[in-house]
Amino acid sequence: MSAILPFASTEARTNYLNVDYGWKSWLFTTDHKRIALLYLFSITAFFFVGGAFAVGMRLNLLTPEGLFSHDTYNKLFTMHGIIMVFFFLVPSIPATLGNFLVPLMIGARDLAFPRINLLSWYIYIAGGIIALTAIVRGGVDTGWTFYAPFSATYSNTHVILAALGIFVGGFSSILTGLNFIVTIHKMRAPGMTWGRLPLFIWGHYATSLIQVLGTPVIAITMVLLLLERVLHAGLFDPSVGGDPVLFQHLFWFYSHPAVYIMILPGMAVISELVTCFSRKAIFGYNFVAISSIAIAVLGFLVWGHHLFVAGQSMYASMAFSFLSFLVAVPSAIKVFNWTATMYKGSVSFETPMLYAFGFIGLFTIGGLTGLFLATMAIDVHVTDTYFVIAHFHYVMVGGMVMAYLGGIHFWFPKITGRMYPEGWAKFAALVVFAGFNLTFFPQFILGYQGMPRRYAHYPPEFQVLNVMSTAGASILAIGYLIPMIYLTWAWRKGPVAPQNPWNAKGLEWEQAPSPPPKYNFEHPPVVTEPAYNYSGEEQEVKSGG
Amino acid sequence: MGVFSIFPERASTSAGEVDALYTFLLVVGIGMTALIFFFVFFFALKYRRKSPSDPMPKAIHGSIPLEIAWSTIPFLVMLVMFAWGTKLYFQNYTPPLGDTLDIYVTGKQWMWKVQYPTGQREINELHVPTGQPIKLILASEDVIHSFYIPAFRLKHDVVPGSYQTYWFEATKPGRYHIFCAEYCGTNHSDMGGWVTVMQPSEFANWLNGGTGGSMAEQGQKLFQQYGCVTCHVTDRQGRCPSLLNVFGKPVVLDDGRTVVADEAYVRESILNPNAKIVKGYNRDIMPVFEGQIGEDGLLQLIAYVKSLSTPSSPSATRSKK
Repeated sequence: MSAILPFASTEARTNYLNVDYGWKSWLFTTDHKRIALLYLFSITAFFFVGGAFAVGMRLNLLTPEGLFSHDTYNKLFTMHGIIMVFFFLVPSIPATLGNFLVPLMIGARDLAFPRINLLSWYIYIAGGIIALTAIVRGGVDTGWTFYAPFSATYSNTHVILAALGIFVGGFSSILTGLNFIVTIHKMRAPGMTWGRLPLFIWGHYATSLIQVLGTPVIAITMVLLLLERVLHAGLFDPSVGGDPVLFQHLFWFYSHPAVYIMILPGMAVISELVTCFSRKAIFGYNFVAISSIAIAVLGFLVWGHHLFVAGQSMYASMAFSFLSFLVAVPSAIKVFNWTATMYKGSVSFETPMLYAFGFIGLFTIGGLTGLFLATMAIDVHVTDTYFVIAHFHYVMVGGMVMAYLGGIHFWFPKITGRMYPEGWAKFAALVVFAGFNLTFFPQFILGYQGMPRRYAHYPPEFQVLNVMSTAGASILAIGYLIPMIYLTWAWRKGPVAPQNPWNAKGLEWEQAPSPPPKYNFEHPPVVTEPAYNYSGEEQEVKSGG
Repeated sequence: MGVFSIFPERASTSAGEVDALYTFLLVVGIGMTALIFFFVFFFALKYRRKSPSDPMPKAIHGSIPLEIAWSTIPFLVMLVMFAWGTKLYFQNYTPPLGDTLDIYVTGKQWMWKVQYPTGQREINELHVPTGQPIKLILASEDVIHSFYIPAFRLKHDVVPGSYQTYWFEATKPGRYHIFCAEYCGTNHSDMGGWVTVMQPSEFANWLNGGTGGSMAEQGQKLFQQYGCVTCHVTDRQGRCPSLLNVFGKPVVLDDGRTVVADEAYVRESILNPNAKIVKGYNRDIMPVFEGQIGEDGLLQLIAYVKSLSTPSSPSATRSKK
């Protein structure tokens, strides 16, 4: 902060955005910041594609008779799930904010493998194009869960293309995870010990572990599904000796840890926001950091809670139920520590902090309703109903997307060198919060009333709550469009941002200009203090390992 | 519809128990949410920054006692949820031994076929009396379905290639939804029906409505039609085991294991006889019936095999893998 930068806030300074121009300088870039932007634009496109399917679903559910044919509706929810899970939620924060910030936060000039980083984007795009081809050619109707034997034998839609898209896209996730792990291990600046890492890094480290260890399993599962569908291998089809429940075990062995791939980076962002806007060190640094690793490890041991009614052994169910309660503990630890961080702080209410409040509130509700699903006798009633849909969206949309938007606003000045309009941004955050709750809260009630998920038609007594949900979804859609507009505007015309508009701690704010130069730092940084040292207290230990 | 309630109708003994547990979780959940919301709002307002020049607050690095407290206390509460939920789960999925009325349900895209031991058959309708434990034996002819009765707070997936069971005791006469809860293709949302819960006397009248023979009788016809009868009852050469008094009893296999001859075992022994050979008999004698007999027929055959056992034998119920 004390260093006086000769080029501060001048248009003339070269940075990663204006260092060169032309499509080649983007499509062949190995700069982690540019690759982050490539991801940002592609992920945003997929978000709006997936969102358009959601609009179709909510319109269909306005009336009990529905608006579309059964087949159309079945394809809508399938493609909404596939696009949102595999092509938006999984890559969202790691591939954009993570890609941009991991090297900046640890004081490195790039990721360990810049070309692999670019390769991962191309693989992501290839997977995405295959999945979009499946959609354009008529769509898929298996649900994003692809349960056999329906997907393997009975569906006559483009299962092969969709599964192939997921198979290919998974490799981009593996490469990103691998890159982060190596980078975090090997490329930390002098003095950036593990105990000084920003919690954003801890969160991404935990996420990367799951990506590297879990994603191969979904790839294998998709290959087995293809073998079954093309060659009738007899893995999942009981009429030739297969076991349909085996598919569910394989699918959830990845897909449950995958929800932690989606939420851990969100938690990572929230730790940065709460500390910055409270001007406080995080309460319980070690607990917040280790809880990320605990979630990643325990997350691999709970997949069977998706199978309480599927016919797995009741004793296996019991073990999975217990482990599912156990994984709730580290999540709870994080929420308590974020709250405690504000204690005796100096709290301000800029847009990123509003999103952090939204995250804490909605994630709390999403997490607590997860306990209902871990409780087996309740799960028997509410599984495969709208209760699950509501729970999942409270965590993924109320949690993850809130954190993503909060992070995008927080680092927008660093990424673009410009400020966003604060008034509009606060307004949009409130619209998103209100629209979200109106959309998804009624679905908890619908679920306990017994309305199953994936229903194109429904009994008339469920209509009132469905109309509320659709009304909420239209507000939510507006809430997402407003930031699209003002952020696009601000990127070109917003006021020029100073290096550190929030007076935040962290190398990316204190040592790198906005936007950063191509190799991030004018001088290689040296770290002499712990993360979030807002009070500026002296370090007892001057140098670390 | 009457007064709006977050609870759907309660029409079985299990419904009230699940609702009680749900209420416990709601109280805990709302309490926790209120607590966190209170502290977030309280801290945010009390410690809000009044002017940009406010001094930097002092760092507070954490508190081990607090961390221990807010990890252990919620976990102990969760253990209550775990124990209570597990107990109820085992109870709802373990039918009582003895006097259950067994009803056979076959799911196929996109209908439910229901058969009674006395031979009645229905589509998308299930008639049950109050006050008697009912055991459902669930089979699927194609993909995975899920037989869901919200008024009983119960469902179970219906998995092709296996029998799944659950049981309930209805308490309140009326008509309640049946839903298919596991996505099964085009008309998934239309694959529903109604449970009609009746007083026992009404149910007895309904049962007397006339049939084409009991389920076991229909099974006996199949038993002759498929030629099973040539070996399994009258065989004098010792090639196949007799089926008299076999159902529900333990059977010793040629590898030394003992299994109970329940529905799943009989089904497997018809479809894939070599999977489990009774001690003292040879493999590859009996033809494989995989893909030869429909789920309806299998259930009728099982009913026939059951009828060959002494009626008082407690029916075996475990079909879980």
